[in-house]
This record gives sequence, C-alpha cells and structure tokens, in this order.
Amino acid sequence: MSAALLIDFGSTYTKLRALDLAARCLIGTGQGPSTVASDVTIGMRAALADLEREAGALPRFRYRLASSSAAGGLRMVTVGLVRELTAEAARQAALGAGAKLVGTFAYRLTAADLEAIAALAPDIVLLAGGTDGGNLDVVLHNAAALGASRLACPIVYAGNRSAADAARRSLAGKTAQFTENVMPEFNTLNIEPAREAIRRIFIERIVHAKGIDRAASEFDQLLMPTPAAVLEGVRLLADGLPGTPGLGTVLALDPGGATTDVHSVAGNEPAPGVVPQGLPEPRVKRTVEGDLGMRHNAQAVAQAAGIDAIAADAGLDAAQAQAMIGRLAVQADRLPATPAERSLDRALARAAVGLAVRRHCGSLSTVYTPTGPVSVQHGKDLRAVRAVIGTGGVLAASADPGAILARALADPRTPLALMPVAPRLLLDRDYLLYACGLLQSVEPQAALEIALGHLVALDQELVDERTGHA
Amino acid sequence: MQGPRTVVTGVIGSDTHIVGNRILNMALEKAGYKVVSLGALTPAGDFVNAAVETRAAAILVSSLYGQGELDCRGFRDLCVEAGLEHILLYVGGNLVVGKRSWEETERTYREMGFDRVAPPGTRSEAVLQWLAQDLAAHSEGPRGAAP
Repeated sequence: MSAALLIDFGSTYTKLRALDLAARCLIGTGQGPSTVASDVTIGMRAALADLEREAGALPRFRYRLASSSAAGGLRMVTVGLVRELTAEAARQAALGAGAKLVGTFAYRLTAADLEAIAALAPDIVLLAGGTDGGNLDVVLHNAAALGASRLACPIVYAGNRSAADAARRSLAGKTAQFTENVMPEFNTLNIEPAREAIRRIFIERIVHAKGIDRAASEFDQLLMPTPAAVLEGVRLLADGLPGTPGLGTVLALDPGGATTDVHSVAGNEPAPGVVPQGLPEPRVKRTVEGDLGMRHNAQAVAQAAGIDAIAADAGLDAAQAQAMIGRLAVQADRLPATPAERSLDRALARAAVGLAVRRHCGSLSTVYTPTGPVSVQHGKDLRAVRAVIGTGGVLAASADPGAILARALADPRTPLALMPVAPRLLLDRDYLLYACGLLQSVEPQAALEIALGHLVALDQELVDERTGHA
Repeated sequence: MQGPRTVVTGVIGSDTHIVGNRILNMALEKAGYKVVSLGALTPAGDFVNAAVETRAAAILVSSLYGQGELDCRGFRDLCVEAGLEHILLYVGGNLVVGKRSWEETERTYREMGFDRVAPPGTRSEAVLQWLAQDLAAHSEGPRGAAP
C-alpha cells in the first residue's frame, strides 16, 4: 500500500491524517497535544498512538509531510511605503505565505516603530516600498534603520529593485533575502516571489528556531505554515489538474477560537460597466480576521455583530447571552455542553462567518456624476463563486454547519456586498484541506481526488434558505 | 540610474470623461515617458499616492465636467504633506465655468499651486513641450519660478 502521513503541528493539538494514495481514501486520523514548548516529539508520539488505536497497525508511509502553526505561528511584520499601495501588497504577500501578521508599518520607520517591531519579536520582517524605478528614499531609510536595529530575525527585501544594491549593503549584518518587488509597477501585485522567499526561510530557519525539527525523525519534510497548506489545498480544489476539473472558483472559511480565516480563489474581473478602484486583488487571497473568534474573541464578535442580534439568533435573552460570552473567553477550550451553549456557539459562528466574509469580499458603491450614476467596485467580486467550503473544528463539530456557512452568502438586505450568490455549500468534515495542500506538493493527482472525494455536500436547500437571518 | 521619467495622469473627482486623457497618455508614452495612468473617477489622494510610490516627476490632472476647481482645491497641499513639495503639477480640460474669463481661471489654478494650466483645445504637443522645459529647469534646481 502506498500511504502518506500528513502532520499539523498546531497551537493546541498535533493532528495526523493518514491517507491511502492508491485507494484515494482516509486511513485514519490521530490527535495528540501540542508539545512544542517542551519537546515536540511527545505530542507527535501521542498522536501516532491515537492514530494506531483508530486505524490498527500503521503502514510504512511513503511520504511524511508536515505543516506547523505551533509556537505562535509564523509571526511577521510588514513594512511598506504608502499604506494603500506597497504596504498593502506586502501585507497580502505575508498573509498568502500563511503568516500571522503581528504588525504592519508604512512610510519611514521611526525610532518608536523600531522599538515596537523589536517588542513584537517577529520571525520574519518583509520590507517593501516603491515601484521598480520609483521611490528610493523611504525603502533605503527603512533598510538602514532595520540594519542598524537590534532585530535578529531574517528580513525579506521585496521593494524597489533600483534600491536593492544599496539596501543589501545596509542589511549586510542581518540575515537578508532579496526577492522581486511586491509591486513592480504601479497597481500591479507580484506577491508570489515574496511568498516563496518567506516559505524558504520558514523551512530553513524558523522550523529550527521553534524547535519543531526535534521531531525530525518522525517526518521527512516540514513544508509550510499550516494556513499556507490550507490555502494550497483550496487552490488545488478550485483549479483542479489537467484532466480533472476542480470546483472552479472557491471561497473557504475557517472560523477558529481566536481568529477567522477566509480564503478565496477567484479572478477579479469587474462586472460590465463597473469601474474598479484601489489595488487589484490577488486571485488567491487569504484574510485573517484577528478580532473574530469563537472563544478568545467571542466578546469582540458580540460587539461587532451586536449582542441583541447574537442573542436573538441563539434564542436567548441578551443578558444571559452576555453572561455566557463573558465566560467563553476565560474557558478557551470549552466545548458546548448544554443546548443553550450549543445555540450560542452556532450564533457566534454565524456572526463571525458573516462579518469575516463581508470584510473579505469587495463592495459596490455608487458615484453620482453629471452624466448619471456610476458603480464603483472596491475589493473582490465573489458573487459568482461556485463553492463555499467550511473547514476547521467549529464547523466539523457543529450539528448544523450549513446554517453557519449560509451566512457567507449574499444577503438581499446588503446588496452592495459582493458575496457569493448561489454557490454549493461543502464541508471539509475530516479536516483534509491542509493534508491535501501538503500532499499536492508530491502527489497532486491523489491529493486532488482525495480532497474532492471527502467534501460533504450540505443540504442544498440551505442555499435557498438564506433569508430571515438577523 | 536615470531611467525614463515617470508621470501620473488621471481624471479627477466624479468625472468619467476619459478620452482626452487617453490621447494624452499615448502622446506621453510616444515621447518616452513612463505613464502611470489612473483613469477616470480618481480621488486626489490616489494621484499623490501613485506619485509617491513611483517617484513621479509630474502629475497631470484632467477635469472636464465643470467641478475641477472643487476637486483640485488643496491638491498642492496634499503633495506637500506627502513629501512631494517640488513635484510638477499640471491641470487641463474644461476648467472655464460660466462667464469667467480664461485669465481668471488660469490665475485661480495657479494660486492653487498648479505649475501649468492648459486652456481648452491645448494640443498634446504643447504639453510635451511644457514638460520638457519644466523638467529641464527642474533638474537645475528646485521649483523656484512657480508662485
């Protein structure tokens, strides 16, 4: 049997997925604690034992590939010039690489900024600024400032090409990687090379810095941060392979305890007659809503959505809902036990998904001109997306994942938000997106077929339900 | 290090009249400039942001719908705020509104900090000539002659 073991060194759990590559199926799953703080091997061995209990004697694995979001994930700081332009492009590149953005800076770094960056203790700093041949002063100032700082982490330079030589001299004392500009031409995004450079540093250095390579005998390769693996899985599902069509355009949602991740793979041609404004959107886009989470940030979700709306959706009164939410933040690993807790969790997840997707998607606005109204589009038009995929523990454990995912759909009461109108709703019940994202680097065909085969179609009526949500 | 000079063009405000701007872009590109074209419906701040990132030598603002004066108010101040106090600013299109004379219109825009104000019917050749002159003067020293 040809089998693969896919490992996720997570922040709470070490998760395993064993896949049969020939039969294109899941052999079994295993879970252990996350033990990066002490010895990562302990959690890994526990997870393997768990997998063996479920699946019996384990085969010899042809591939053992890992991703990691342990030890705080890949903490990154980005620096750019204009906030809406190169600073935003740098942000997109870091998010696309699966990073956890801990700070974003624009214009000239001040002494206070450098202090702040040092205090954030990032794993990598991404430095951008200026189009190729464009502004030199600011990116050079920032390179010199970072070069003279006490910062020890690697720096990826993805700014003005014309400034690269001088920047190289400024950064001579640091571990620095030079790659293509994230915005070589005005309003042109070029984030793949920066993503690759970040990924390389992650594999070569961060894995060691975080102590994950102590379990090196248990896996062959640690390839990428887990969010990047999920994004790769989503990209594979959307695009398919020659001879095996994918789902087309996809929006994927991962509501978690602290944050809600949204991934989309879809082009961004504006509808006829609509004028696009702002930076073009990457076709493969990831956003992380740092204030929308089911536990650590339950309070923030309630604030953003309104406690009354959450309470009404959960069938609770507002005071009761408020009291329960207050308890959630301090009991981050609590699973819902009572019917009231379950319905509150559902309401929180629905609110988080709705808000996260609205922020991820673009919107239309109307500009009145002397020649009549004109529609202007900001952000990504995801109305025609073919499939919405839910992943992560919250959705997999929910009795009613369809009702949560339904919040990702366009709502007639907010017609200017460019959210999916009539997609299929699919659930990644076995949490295989990251696994297939890892596997596609060695066996893309098997990865695609397994990923497609294990998505659960949620009742299609839910797509039409959609109305009457508070 | 001196490549082609970069200029930023676009139609400011809620104005969709793009044809003249396209003609100007073609002439500029043919003359060897690198053109960052922002197109129609461009807010003033976007011109400035684009000029900052691309280290543009000039911003050429078009306005054809009669609201140019409102849209362009404070444009030079925005540039100064962004560290572009010496950038060349041109404006052109249908700037004369109502019974005002051209001279008065030109003075208004000059006072707002525009270096050149193009009357209706200005040919692209004239703009290229201005640019060549002003950029040559520019490289000798900072913007001194302008009001």
